[in-house]
Amino acid sequence: MTDAPSPVVRYGMRILALGYLAFLLVIPVGLVFWRTFENGIGPVIEALSSPLAKHAFTVTLQVASIAVVANTIFGVAVSLLLVRHEFRGKRILNTLIDLPLAVSPVIVGLALILVYGRLEPVGGWLSERGIDIIFAVPGMAMATIFVSLPLVVRAVVPVLEEVGIEQEQAAWTLGASPIQTFRRITLPAIRWGLAYGIVLTLARSLGEFGAIAVVSGRIRGKTQTLTLFVEERFQNFDEHAAYAAAFALAGVAVVALVAMNISRPEES
Amino acid sequence: MRPGTGLGLGLATLYMSAIVLVPLGAVVWRSRGDGWSGFWHDVTTPEASSTLRLTVGVSLAVAVINAGFGTLIAWVLVRDRFAGKRFVDALIDLPFALPTIVAGLVLLALYGPESPLGVDLAYTRPGVVVALLFVTLPFVVRTVQPVLIELDREMEEAAASLGATRATIFRRIILPNLMPAIAAGTALSFARAISEYGATVLISGNLPFKTQVASVHIFSQIENDNTTGAAAVSTVLLLVSLVVLLSLDLVQRWAVRRD
Repeated sequence: MTDAPSPVVRYGMRILALGYLAFLLVIPVGLVFWRTFENGIGPVIEALSSPLAKHAFTVTLQVASIAVVANTIFGVAVSLLLVRHEFRGKRILNTLIDLPLAVSPVIVGLALILVYGRLEPVGGWLSERGIDIIFAVPGMAMATIFVSLPLVVRAVVPVLEEVGIEQEQAAWTLGASPIQTFRRITLPAIRWGLAYGIVLTLARSLGEFGAIAVVSGRIRGKTQTLTLFVEERFQNFDEHAAYAAAFALAGVAVVALVAMNISRPEES
Repeated sequence: MRPGTGLGLGLATLYMSAIVLVPLGAVVWRSRGDGWSGFWHDVTTPEASSTLRLTVGVSLAVAVINAGFGTLIAWVLVRDRFAGKRFVDALIDLPFALPTIVAGLVLLALYGPESPLGVDLAYTRPGVVVALLFVTLPFVVRTVQPVLIELDREMEEAAASLGATRATIFRRIILPNLMPAIAAGTALSFARAISEYGATVLISGNLPFKTQVASVHIFSQIENDNTTGAAAVSTVLLLVSLVVLLSLDLVQRWAVRRD
């Protein structure tokens, strides 16, 4: 064995690392938690059951569920394409999938406005037919789909690669249809990776702020999600409602974190 | 081709185009709506060039701090032993799970006007740096940690038996092995920092020339109906991200080949 490091170095490093985490993460989060419940749980429930807050919950759930369902279907399909099929342009598709992670949420919002805004050709055409995308739920769902697009793919692809193709081939040989094979063989094999990807997508969807802020037009009581509610209440000096809603969002984040740790594919 | 390849590929391309590719193309297209000279004019207005320089400067600072503290935290999590280590390890992912607006709110509680520490960083550049450090914390830690776990301790023992000091072992053996991972984590945290919006919006206070980072600048240009100007600054930001990610890819290929 190497010599044990001197206690001074070891403790010094430990204190420095934990101190950094304390002042960056633990104390700020703890402080907001404490301020939220300063006057007990009553005011928190009251702040979260105002009509505006309730509406924000509804909009958030609506947008997030569309995004999760759409990206789960797309994610599984693209993962199967990337792992089980051969075609030209595969590397390009593989690279493009990750593109949304490198784009600022504000640019995501701008990009959608420039195509689907009412003053643009496509958006104007849709608007004449009574379909509004921007400043409405469809645009907010598209923004959320954009930012969370790669998460299911990146969680499912490695699992599919590891499972291999033997069992699926056996099923085909025995006469199973592609749908039967998928339902009975492939889906059970990738379920944990898929669950991990879905949890990541859900957490990202509930917490999205920048892209939603641009495409929603931030109309109170109409297109306001929970994250927009937090910002708007805070800017209007209603810290208590902002903290209460932030606590609700943080609670979901912590549950997601625990679920992520449970469903994360075991590292060997 | 297996059955279904064509159909699946077609639908995937349609989905990606409608939501990601055509809109991003529209940003680049709009950025030169008034020709190249218009684009150049839009990104060199005093406000735009100051916001771009500030964003890159602040993000570089964040990347460097992350390289140091991220490596230190990974080291302590792998090589040290103390009570509650698993809890601390799980905590590292919190910034990824927490909505960014909540991150901004939480930091403003400790480092804002009502700070119990008496440290008021609201509407200052250090405040922006702290907000970006919060959201980028996991990158370096999570890239360095697995490499450190896999690192062969026998090399270190051999060096020690040959009389190398701990400092020499760290500098000559451990650090070179960690370098590709540190570089990858640092590049990812830089790319995230230049594009962050939610965490900075509350603490930066949106002061042009002082704390207005690029995404906040783009947002206010959109609000003022200057979509061409917003698109021009966006295009520069997209280019910077692209360069960072491409060079990261090159560094990783080089590291793989060197092994």
